[in-house]
Amino acid sequence: MAAEVKKNANIGFSLGMLVLKLRTLIAFFAVMIVFAIIAPNFLSIGNLIEMAKHSAIWAILAMGMAYVIIGGGIDLSVGSIAGLCGMLAGGLIVEGLQLPVFGIVIYFHTIMIILIVLLIGVLLGAINGLFITKLSVAPFIATLGMLYMARGFALLRSGGKTFPNLVGNPSLGNTGFPFLGAGYILGLPVIVWLAVIIAVIAAYVSKKTPLGRHVYAVGGNEDAAILSGIRVDRIKMYTYMFSGFTAALVGLILASQLVASHPATGESYELTAIAAVVLGGTSLSGGRGTIGGAIIGALILGVLNDGLVMVGVSSFWQIAIKGMVVVLAVIIDQYQLKKQDEAALREQAVSDINGTAAA
Amino acid sequence: MKENSSFPLMEAKNIRKVFPGTTALHNVDFKIFKGKVNALVGENGAGKSTLMKIIAGIEKPTSGTLYMYDSKGEAEEVSFNSTRDAVRKGIGIVHQELNLFSNLDVAENIFMNKEINRYGSLYIDHKSQYEKSKEILHKLGQNINPSTIVRDLRLGQQQIVEIAKTMIEDPKILIMDEPTSSLSIQEVQVLFNVISDLKKHGVAVVYISHRLEEIKEIGDYITILRDSKLVDFGEVKQMEMKDIIEKMVGRDPNKFFTGQAHISGKELLRIKNMTLPRYGGGFTFENISFSVKEGEILGIYGLMGAGRTELLESIMGINENATGEIWLEGKRLDNKDTKQRIQHGLVLIPEDRQREGLFTNLSVAMNLTMSSIKRFLKGFHIIKRLEEKHVHEVIDEMGIKVSSPDVSVNALSGGNQQKVVIGKGLLTQPKVLLMDEPTRGIDVGAKSDVFEIMNRMANEKFGVIFVSSELEEIFSMSDRIIVLSKGKITGEFDRSKATEEEIRKVSEIGHGITATA
Repeated sequence: MAAEVKKNANIGFSLGMLVLKLRTLIAFFAVMIVFAIIAPNFLSIGNLIEMAKHSAIWAILAMGMAYVIIGGGIDLSVGSIAGLCGMLAGGLIVEGLQLPVFGIVIYFHTIMIILIVLLIGVLLGAINGLFITKLSVAPFIATLGMLYMARGFALLRSGGKTFPNLVGNPSLGNTGFPFLGAGYILGLPVIVWLAVIIAVIAAYVSKKTPLGRHVYAVGGNEDAAILSGIRVDRIKMYTYMFSGFTAALVGLILASQLVASHPATGESYELTAIAAVVLGGTSLSGGRGTIGGAIIGALILGVLNDGLVMVGVSSFWQIAIKGMVVVLAVIIDQYQLKKQDEAALREQAVSDINGTAAA
Repeated sequence: MKENSSFPLMEAKNIRKVFPGTTALHNVDFKIFKGKVNALVGENGAGKSTLMKIIAGIEKPTSGTLYMYDSKGEAEEVSFNSTRDAVRKGIGIVHQELNLFSNLDVAENIFMNKEINRYGSLYIDHKSQYEKSKEILHKLGQNINPSTIVRDLRLGQQQIVEIAKTMIEDPKILIMDEPTSSLSIQEVQVLFNVISDLKKHGVAVVYISHRLEEIKEIGDYITILRDSKLVDFGEVKQMEMKDIIEKMVGRDPNKFFTGQAHISGKELLRIKNMTLPRYGGGFTFENISFSVKEGEILGIYGLMGAGRTELLESIMGINENATGEIWLEGKRLDNKDTKQRIQHGLVLIPEDRQREGLFTNLSVAMNLTMSSIKRFLKGFHIIKRLEEKHVHEVIDEMGIKVSSPDVSVNALSGGNQQKVVIGKGLLTQPKVLLMDEPTRGIDVGAKSDVFEIMNRMANEKFGVIFVSSELEEIFSMSDRIIVLSKGKITGEFDRSKATEEEIRKVSEIGHGITATA
């Protein structure tokens, strides 16, 4: 019905509005088309799959970040948590869990290792959440602290060294770790499947469940959320725990892809994740944005990265271009917001005049 | 300073102001005379504040003209693009809400954005700011130390600081928008002394109020607005109180306040010994006990700062430090959190709907179901159809004017937004509805809708707690009235036995004075 009113009011305007709303998607296709024209092998299956793998990592991180940001927070620790989790996984495969007190070493099955590390990611996210909710530390500061702590522990875990050759030992039953990062199922990389599964769940939760609603409510107006009977602290905890989960997963994927875990892995990934989320139309002030937008944002950054490499743009330029794209996205976002508010007011003026007749 | 004031200092002619959804002013004329108190009266939503905002350069009129006259009576057309333009012409405004920086000191507030600088803007001369502030405050008859942090001042003193802010500009016209709404009688007297002093210095005071006793006491000229239109203009001396009221309300006031006695049943809610300590000693409210029955509207009256809002919030479980027992239908709720209290049947319509009631980032529909989403679930899946059905019902029932439930709640007028907040509360299927100033800032039509909803609630055996600082509202809507002053219950009245005078008197208890005047 809202769409009808707009249509009646001004068809041209509503088309412009539609373009504005779908701009991230349009930008994505524009980037694809441009590179398809100037980079010869760009649309080959091999390259598309390669780009999907890169983008999937950003998308996974961006989805966790999107929840946090929509809920009115920010998570700067995801890169470090990814690094730490990679190190923990590597350590468990190479060294096992050493318990000198009992004089034993426990080697877990690969699947167990993955689950343990994912759980640790969730716990680190929960610690972020506790700092923010129970101890009232500003999200920026709490997760900045976690950024340093997690990185520090990652370096401490191995004394700064790399855990190499994470193929495992058949006699210990911990082989198969590289499959996570390099394996294929039904012709698609495991990573892409993981991203798709998480995307479906994350999008469903945000659109169709009370939890999703409540995240928007908390990010939009915390005081009103409290009065509406929403357990604000709990909702915030969930978002940081999900973000920790996605960070741990990315840490595992990166270690698996390299078949090695290095303590500096994932540095500045948090910024790319934030960039993807913002690119997807999520407001940093909270309460506004979508999971789909975050995924498209991650795709744009992934495609941009690979495409620029293929056409031979220097990596220094790539960094600068990424920055410009993000700022441009926010400028357009602000413009859309202004136009939307104007349209809403106009519509209200129209319906107030016809109000009695319509009702 | 005496002079012939047959012509005004400033005149607004044919002012029309259209807002999205409403016309706030229909071709209104307004004259401001030098050295006089020019009173502007009207009910909430009559357009007083909008007219003042236009004169102070905050809003631009849709059509109409402003004139200023020089001492010879020559008219000059003026138009203000900003408050700065208005200030340059000698117009100052004291807003209804205090616009102070509570974290800064008095002098810093007074000189905000008008700092006394040295070396360009490299250095603020705090010393002369303090001296000047002291001088101005002294002129206003107040002994406030300019280095006091504003947070530590009493409300009345903060109001004086607001006035001092405008005084350093040496205004020719000073607009005061409901300056007494938060003041005790004693503080009101101080303010009146200040006003008569200003008059002596030739300042034209524009005084906006709906307290007619005040207008009678200090007003010279009176302009009456009703429903966005000019109704009458004249000298206060020549008008009867009765006429003013009739012109202001424009209808039988008893009809407007749809208040009616309700048949009350068994006890629903009982509050025992609620106490909320204040940071830094003392109590926001202390030992509050009362009960609400089925089908009863309990009015809670009190001045600003009496602890009303905090009391309601504590009943909802927002203030963790509050102690005391809360019983709803025999179930104890004070050890439960806000969510559980809502589930048991309490709900609060907050005073400040923008800050505590609305999710401006979400649609009307999502706002409405935010507290009650549990009702529309299958497992953890929201059943869209069921949600939509209830949303449509509430929109119809409450008479919310909106083209579609998917419109952003931001696009609604104040009255409709308030109905959304109330609708959100009603969807939780409450037993007792706590309403904190539910008619603040909404137009007359929406106001009577809100009253109608309250009456309907009471007739359907809900309990309603109704907090207001509008005595007439409390008086005509409530079956029973309790009065809070300084965090204590200072009076309890049955509707049939109370008088406005008595209620006002007990609302001042603890303010260190007894009602005079």
